[in-house]
This record gives sequence, C-alpha cells and structure tokens, in this order.
Amino acid sequence: MFDVWKSFETATLAHTVALSLTVSFSSTAVAAALGLPSGAALAICRFPGRRVLVLLANALLGLPPVVVGLGLYLILSRSGPLGPLALLFTPGAMVLAQAVLATPIIMALVHRAIEEPWQEYGGALRVDGATRLRSIQMLLAIARRPVLTAVLTGFGRTISEVGAVLVVGGNIAGYTRTMTTTIVLETSKGDLGLALGLGFILIGITIAVSAAAFVLGEKG
Amino acid sequence: MKFRQFLPILFVTLLGHGSIAAEPPSPESIILASTTSVENSGLLAHVLPDFTKESGITVHVLAQGTGQALQTAARDDADLVLVHDPEAEERFITEGHGIDRAQIAWNDFVVVGPQSDPAHLAGGHNAVEGFRAIATARAPFVSRGDKSGTDALEKRLWRATGIDPAASGVGTWYRDIGGGMGAALNAAAGMDAYTLSDRGTWLSFRNKGPLVVLLEGDPRLVNRYDVILLNPEKHPVPKQALARRFAQWLRSPEGQAAIGAYKMDGEQLFHPSATAPK
Repeated sequence: MFDVWKSFETATLAHTVALSLTVSFSSTAVAAALGLPSGAALAICRFPGRRVLVLLANALLGLPPVVVGLGLYLILSRSGPLGPLALLFTPGAMVLAQAVLATPIIMALVHRAIEEPWQEYGGALRVDGATRLRSIQMLLAIARRPVLTAVLTGFGRTISEVGAVLVVGGNIAGYTRTMTTTIVLETSKGDLGLALGLGFILIGITIAVSAAAFVLGEKG
Repeated sequence: MKFRQFLPILFVTLLGHGSIAAEPPSPESIILASTTSVENSGLLAHVLPDFTKESGITVHVLAQGTGQALQTAARDDADLVLVHDPEAEERFITEGHGIDRAQIAWNDFVVVGPQSDPAHLAGGHNAVEGFRAIATARAPFVSRGDKSGTDALEKRLWRATGIDPAASGVGTWYRDIGGGMGAALNAAAGMDAYTLSDRGTWLSFRNKGPLVVLLEGDPRLVNRYDVILLNPEKHPVPKQALARRFAQWLRSPEGQAAIGAYKMDGEQLFHPSATAPK
C-alpha cells in the first residue's frame, strides 16, 4: 500500500487537502449566510410569490453541478460578461460555483426546519412584540439541530463535488487541484490505488467535520 | 457558547479564508491549455520547474485535449496552447486565432489491445490494415470521441479504411466513451478492447490489465506536439510576452534537453523536436 504514495509528496497532499477544505468551508459559509436568513424568511413571511420561491429552492436541490460549472464558465470567461474580474481558473471561481450549488440546499432545508417551530411559537413571538428579524434568530436557535443538518448537507455537497470545480477551476496542479479532481485525475492515469487512498482521506475529513459540527451543536 | 453566538464567529472565520481563496493568481503566471498526454504523462511536471526557476514565471496547466484546449484559447481563457492535431491547428491559425506555431517534441501513437488479440494485429506496422482487421473481426474498440488530437487521428485512420465504424459498430463493437486517454485505457482494459493511445500516456499508465502494444511503427502514427501563441490582433491577452518567453524556452537547448531527459522505467517518453522524422 505504501508504495502507492511514492508519486504523491506530502506537501502536494497537504496543499490539496487544504484547498479542498478552504473552498468547501468558504462556499458553505457564503451559502449559509444567504440560505439561513432566506430559508427562515420563506417560512415566516407571507408575500406574493412565496410558494414559487419555495418550489424553486426545492427544485434546485437537484441542480446539476456540471451545468452550474458550464454556466459560470461562460460568465467568468475573459470573453464573458464578468471576464475582467479574471476569476476563471482560480479558487475564487470554485467558491462561487459551490456556493451556487449549496445555497438552495441550505435554503430549502432551513425552510422545512423552521416551519414547525414557527407554527408552535409564532403566536407567542408576535404577542411578545418580536420583530421579524428577532423571530428568525429565535427560530434558528430553537431549530438549531435540523438547521445544523442543513448546513452540513450543504458542506457535504461542496466537499464531494467535482463537476463544477473541474470546469471553472481547471484542475491546475498546486493551484486549483482539489481532493475530488485529484481522484478523477489519478483514476484517469490508471493509478487506482492512489485514487482510492485519496478517497478514504476525503471520507475521513468529511466524517471529522461532521463530528466536530455535532459536538459544537450539542453544546449550543 | 450559544449556537447563535457561535455561528457569526464561524462565518467571519470562514470568510477570512474565503478572501484568501479569491486572490487572483500572481502576475507572473500564465495559463497553458494543453493536451492531456503531456500533463498526465508527467512531462510538464518534469520540465516546468526548470522554466520557473530560470524565469520566475509560473505556468498553470489546463489538461484538456486538443479540441477543448483550442476552444479555451479562442475564448481568451489561456495564454498559449500545446497541442497535437495538425489539422485542427491549421484551422486555428487560418481562423486568425493563433500565430507562430512551433514543434517542441514528438513521439508516436500505438494501437494497444488485449493479449488474446482476436483481430490478429500483433507485429503489424500498418495502422490502416490493423483498423480494418478490427472492424472485420468486430472486435471491441474504444474510441475517445472527445475531439482530442488522438481522437482526430483515429477518425482519419478510419476514413483511410473506408469503413464508418459509427455506422457499423455503435452499440456493439465500436465504443465511443467520450473521455480522455486515461479513461479510454481504463475502459479498454476493462472490456478487453483495442484502442489508439499516444505512447507517453501509455507508458505512464498504471492500470494496463490485459493490454499490450500490438501495432506500432507506421509513419502515420507519428505524434507531433506544437506550441501556438495567440494572435494579439484577435486576442489581446495581457500576458503575450510571458507566453512567448515560455514557447521560446521550450525550443531552446535547455528546454529541449529537459524534454528529452524525461524517462519512465528507463524509456524516453518524448523526443526533442530537432530529431523529428520528416
């Protein structure tokens, strides 16, 4: 098993793991910052088009990563509308793509998580004169376990995703090469042992992040 | 700590990381759109550190296959290309996208297949006859189907046989996998199929399974790698000078020596262009 790692230096592995985690954490943070308040607002606010938005968020749970990657590629390309930002083939483009994928997941699951406590405590919150913003904060705290699951589901999507980051990141060695794109590359080089070994490391990281989040969530 | 107090702290921490991730690449870097063979075989990883050490320029490599690499460059998303499909390269230049094409290395293609060799290719040196034998035997054949340089050569060889494999073999013996060289070799190894491979990828491939080289040495199987710069009139890419410096280095004695020195298991994968067959 150990000779499998000969072609893969520790420094390269460390950079790949660090990039995967940085991109996934960043995109999950952006998606949570957008998805938590908007998901909660969908549950407690009544406005025209709300049902359509709920339906849309749920439909986008199945957003195909490779299509998101392609769409962003065309937008971020130097000959595309956002070309001057020079974001294509950078980690920033990867964060953007994964945030687009994870936001509807967090939004839809948070909406579901907040609906019930809102029916239960909504009346009391209104009697207390709580503002909408205050209500959202209270409900997110009450439903923190399913909300945590929503954020972890978003994280799971980003850390395991390969289609979008491959297209907008370009899998550049030492720059935009993540765990998942390395696994695709090593499989294509026929180095199945190394690909599988990296797969186990990736699964280990995912388990560690989930465990850490649950411990923190239980303390809350 | 309450969860709702913890969340904002978590976000701020993570967004800090996010700003690191969004940093643009350093100004002294160029993007090279290349074929998969020069990247996956390890050639570029072997020669690029020499260039970076000498010039201070980092080369970011997109390993895409010739068709996609030329597309990427045509959209201004790369600073130069390193590809191996003469016909597509000429189109790229006549359409005004590329200038200053220069050959930097060569090797050859090989037809690989299962040791059992149902179409009896072993020892042959005529690729067109070999392809005809595969079609006649209706032996499984894996096609890249991805408009790469290798795929383009495969299609040219089929045209030379007068056989349309797509018409006679799709769904049966002719298996278009729509993937890179490595994916095609993995598929061929798994299906006991024949396929056309560049020698660099073949020699560095680690999952050969039952596959062996069965046919080689046809002059039609020479594989030439060219660098092409972007035409500044059509593609005002800001890094033209850096890209030109890299192309010149590849042609220089130092670059050529680095290419020739790359070996795997004692075998040379790429030959410097000075020794290219006419």
